Amino acid sequence: MRETAYWTWFIISAIVILIFAGLHMTVMHLSMLGVFNPDGGAVTDWGNVAFRSQNQFLAFSYIILLGAALYHGFYGLRTIVFELGPKKSFQDGFTVILWIVGLILFGIGTYSAIAAKALETAL
Amino acid sequence: MEKVPTTNIIFYVRRFDPEKDASPRQEQYTVPVEKGMTVLDGLHYIKQTQDASIGFRFSCRMGVCGSCGMMINGKPGLACNTQILDVTQSALTVAPLPNFNIIRDLVPDLVPMFGVHQSIQPYIQRKDVGEKENPTMEYFQTPHQLEEYLQFTYCIKCGCCMASCPTMATDREYLGPMPLAQIYRYNVDSRDDAGATRRNIAAESHAVFNCHYAGECSAACPKGVDPARAIQLMKKDLVLGYFGLAKHGKCAQLHKKPDKASYKPKIDAPAFTVGK
Repeated sequence: MRETAYWTWFIISAIVILIFAGLHMTVMHLSMLGVFNPDGGAVTDWGNVAFRSQNQFLAFSYIILLGAALYHGFYGLRTIVFELGPKKSFQDGFTVILWIVGLILFGIGTYSAIAAKALETAL
Repeated sequence: MEKVPTTNIIFYVRRFDPEKDASPRQEQYTVPVEKGMTVLDGLHYIKQTQDASIGFRFSCRMGVCGSCGMMINGKPGLACNTQILDVTQSALTVAPLPNFNIIRDLVPDLVPMFGVHQSIQPYIQRKDVGEKENPTMEYFQTPHQLEEYLQFTYCIKCGCCMASCPTMATDREYLGPMPLAQIYRYNVDSRDDAGATRRNIAAESHAVFNCHYAGECSAACPKGVDPARAIQLMKKDLVLGYFGLAKHGKCAQLHKKPDKASYKPKIDAPAFTVGK
């Protein structure tokens, strides 16, 4: 059951990545959504960055994307390591370590996305 | 009598005796090949005329027993089922199936595969043990229910799918395409009542979710079975089960003979028109 749950969320996270990484690419690299870059010019111009940092939808999307990417990547890493044939005790320990590292990175990333809200006030 | 045309084909045969050799070597033999000769015929020719020490396994010679699985020009297949001139006009490389230990030369050790196959409980299990042991009637099963698992019953356990599987090559604990396909085969059999037990086996680590879906198992199968499809359908069943959406029908019941049905009236044969 545990493996079924892991794999199911692995597939769901892939779909989430497809949607939110697509949004990220559209906003940041294709400059197609002018609504997120109101100052015009480069997407990395200060005005645009400050605007996006205030946008709750984008902050939410980055947190979701971060969680999905971490889960998807770490599940892939776990699968690769397990295929190398480690002992069952190592497999269990490795899974726990990946959960801990993943949650720490997710916490740091989430804090960054929320803390970015202060950019405009810093200006 | 007209002489049958022959083509000289060079056989490169992998030789290895784990008790004597440090590593495998390749030996070369020339075989005069007639149209219709199989790889197994070629190996028999070598054994009879050139090198009696060559080791290979065979039994039925008709693609039924699954004994003569080997790598033929780099692809897994049955030696008795592969005609030499269909795969080459000049040289043929023959090697044992990979992902198995080698007993000698072209003979892989299939015992671990059979052990895994046994562990997935590949037989019909029911609660009405008495009826199963001493059957009084047939179990009801529609043609559609039969079609759901029929193709997977054609598996002859030759090991070609196991040899071609890239996951098997890296993960020695992986159950493999054959046992996983057989889990699906018995789970969708409407006469079986042990689906939950086998689903637990399929959902463990090194089982269905480790399949990379390379599809090589299905391409390699000499009987046209599609193990990759069975594994993906098994994944689908497990995921639906995780969300509580899986529909596992009731176990097939005994097919009772109708009591009130009337038989067709006896029709007399028409009178003879000739030879009275």
